Amino acid sequence: MNHISPVIWQFPVKWMTNFPLFPPEASTIAPQMDALLFFMVLVSLIGLTVVVLLIISFSILYNKKRHPVAEQIEGSILLEATWTIIPLGLFLVMFVWGAVIYFRVFTPPANAMNIYVVGKQWMWKIEHPGGQHEINALHVPAGRAVQLTLISQDVFHSFSIPAFRVKREAIPGRYTTVWFEATTPGTYHLFCTQYCGTNHSQMIGDVVVQTPEDYRKWLSNSTSGVSLAQDGERLFASLSCSACHNARPNARGPNLANVYGSRLTLSNGQTITADEAYLRQSILNPSQHITQGYAPIMPTYQGQISEEGVIALIEFIKNLNSDYRIQQTLNTTDLPPESEGKTPPAAQAPAAKAHATQGRVKK
Amino acid sequence: MSTNTIVSLPDQETARIPKKNFLTKENGLLSWLLTRDHKRIAILYLITTTFFFIIGGAAAALIRLELLTPTGDMVSSDTYNKLFSIHGIIMVFFFLVPIAPGVLGNFLIPLMIGAKDVALPRINLLSWYLFVIGGCFELYMMIFGGVDTGWTFTTPLSTHYVNSHVIGAAMGIFIAGFSSILTGINFIVTIHKMRAPGMTWFRLPLFIWSYYATSIIFVLATPVIAISMVLIMLERVIGIGLFDPTKGGDPLLFQHLFWFYSHPAVYVMILPGMGIISEVISNFSRKRVFGYTAVAFSSVAIAVFSFFVWAHHMFIMGISTYSALLFSLFSMLVAIPSAIKVFNWSATLYKGSITFDTPMLYAFGFIGLFTIGGCTGVMLATLGMDIHVTETYFIVAHFHYVMVGGMVSAFMAGLHFWWPKMTGRMYPESLGRLAAVILFIGFNLTFFPQFILGYLGMPRRYHFYPPEFQALNVLSTSGASILAIGYLLPALYLIWSLRHGAIAGNNPWQATGLEWQTQSPPLTENFTEIPIMDHEAYDYAWLERQSRDNRREEAPSAE
Repeated sequence: MNHISPVIWQFPVKWMTNFPLFPPEASTIAPQMDALLFFMVLVSLIGLTVVVLLIISFSILYNKKRHPVAEQIEGSILLEATWTIIPLGLFLVMFVWGAVIYFRVFTPPANAMNIYVVGKQWMWKIEHPGGQHEINALHVPAGRAVQLTLISQDVFHSFSIPAFRVKREAIPGRYTTVWFEATTPGTYHLFCTQYCGTNHSQMIGDVVVQTPEDYRKWLSNSTSGVSLAQDGERLFASLSCSACHNARPNARGPNLANVYGSRLTLSNGQTITADEAYLRQSILNPSQHITQGYAPIMPTYQGQISEEGVIALIEFIKNLNSDYRIQQTLNTTDLPPESEGKTPPAAQAPAAKAHATQGRVKK
Repeated sequence: MSTNTIVSLPDQETARIPKKNFLTKENGLLSWLLTRDHKRIAILYLITTTFFFIIGGAAAALIRLELLTPTGDMVSSDTYNKLFSIHGIIMVFFFLVPIAPGVLGNFLIPLMIGAKDVALPRINLLSWYLFVIGGCFELYMMIFGGVDTGWTFTTPLSTHYVNSHVIGAAMGIFIAGFSSILTGINFIVTIHKMRAPGMTWFRLPLFIWSYYATSIIFVLATPVIAISMVLIMLERVIGIGLFDPTKGGDPLLFQHLFWFYSHPAVYVMILPGMGIISEVISNFSRKRVFGYTAVAFSSVAIAVFSFFVWAHHMFIMGISTYSALLFSLFSMLVAIPSAIKVFNWSATLYKGSITFDTPMLYAFGFIGLFTIGGCTGVMLATLGMDIHVTETYFIVAHFHYVMVGGMVSAFMAGLHFWWPKMTGRMYPESLGRLAAVILFIGFNLTFFPQFILGYLGMPRRYHFYPPEFQALNVLSTSGASILAIGYLLPALYLIWSLRHGAIAGNNPWQATGLEWQTQSPPLTENFTEIPIMDHEAYDYAWLERQSRDNRREEAPSAE
């Protein structure tokens, strides 16, 4: 085959050697999703085969040459019932199976570590709690549940990691979440799948799954030194939030310690859980929900804080629930603790070490 | 009579196209532009929708050419985005939605129910003009720079971020929407009020049932797309903030409104096809459609259920997981009537006397492609699976299987089946069969690789893509070039047949419908006297008796 031009030859060689027909399975949910796919493909193939076989065999048996005169048959209730009930049963199996996976993908476990994702035309900005900032790349450890909290600062985007079989829309003005647990270290595609304007097809990146050790190394090498919560604290001061939210008895705004995750009673008598969405609304559109006992005097910060700023503030408020300074010092270089809110035993030992470090600094 | 066809043509030596028919009644451009004859309006629709199909097809050809390579080397990203937006807008709103009702519906509904015309002939002409005016807005939009929102006009991209002719495009769709509404009203009134004596609801051809279901969707759903388009324009011009989160609006609201129309509209793009297939399958197996009532009511069931599934386009968009459950369940339920139809069509063949003329080949193609499209639709309606495959090429492949593989195959089946009625002449049969096979092969080659691409994760609307997806994209593009032949070939031989086709006579297919009991092409008044329906639909025994009587009448005069 020497006479075939190598210029032409390179294309088939390239395609045949790099020609995937099935995506890699790199998360715990991927094999479950694929099992559902195989089941549905199997059912579809059987259904298609039945229809095609019926058509072909009737075409052979009852073509005009062999069967010149048609016999009129009115129909059959029994048959109608058969091909109503059997597909219905199969569809219901698919429905339940699919619903189980859907709830699994969109219900993060309590101990998932949270990473913020901000979509904008045309890039993904990733904010790790430890102050690592990434653009169009996401580093995650294998074997650890990771929750993404997504928001868009302009139009709809969609955060898709095909190797994990996970996708979630990033919506302007609203947080959405999704979680996954990566299993196999490697580099995988990250796509924006919601059409978002000119460079939609270049709003792509890499998801890098690392072993926990490599991930820890990456964390300490890429930290900005300032955790998200510390960023938020600075912002809190520079926007003069502390003028009112200062925990003094006569403060004009509510004390924000332990607010996150609590049930608040509003001035209109409603109760509401103070989650990320609530905190975001209260910063950008404060007059919508007023905590009981306070006057609606807070100005809006709409247009004054970027989405990353809001995220930093929320992270700061969340961390007011704990002794965040100690933990965050660690978290800029270490894996965040296994569960939020409570201090797990694993995190206590390093915390003690941190006290020691601080002690040294004081001396 | 040959054994592999049922065509029986009159003696070509003596046969003539009837001198008096709707085509020759009046001459001149004005006689067409001011006509109130449903058949002439159908021809007008045929010409205009073909024109739009050529535009949409050209855009598709450019898209497929660009996707031959992973990088953008033919057009810029902006141009690419405009190409797929124009392809979507034109193909959906100006080809798929109007073809079946505008062309075959207009031509056949009065003929099939034994009426002289539709109930509201002037309104019918107005529908066509609205459609053309809407189309002119799209042409204006394309000539002056195009639009790059995609056919879904997702907010806030379409309202606040893109800088192209969104208002022109939205206005075109808004106006063309009224064309759909008026056509729907017209068909509903016609079917209720204009049926010939003896034509009870259960003697109607199944074609009429499915068009009735389509008309319900037209009337109930189309106003919502009009509302959404108006809101887009208002948001762009005066910034009412309905979809703007910074003003307290909800960007997701637009998608609820849009899909509340656009999902039922998907059934507008398939229900008429199902009606055509019922007619064709019955005729070419010489049998009444198996389970007439089940097929009839499944059309209505599809129309009703189609209004309760719209949020399955938004499973990953942060709608409540419990509402997602309901919408997934309803989407499963809407698949049931479709499955019922497919099985009934297959069962119709049982103990028939089957011939494989061109319309039948297209119908077989339809059943295969529609079944694949339907099965993958169920996969997409399954909540967990939808997370992975939505917004990828999987969904592109799925809706092309239903809307192009399904609807275009069905339309081609119908066009070939009723071509002799419309023009009085036959198309060349062997070329027709060849084109049907080419269409089927080309279609599968184009769109099946896209299922694999989608599961691999290739997002839709991507100008650049990772290099490992190239092989499948090359396969898809080469399939598209075969598909293009499958479209061009019929266009050429159908035009050829206008002059040189064999003269068809009144009833070349030996079909039972009332439209075949009058001359081809029909008179402007359709029938010399209003027919009386004294038998069930698809009553081939009645047809046999009828032709025996005719022969007995003719026999003495011949001697």
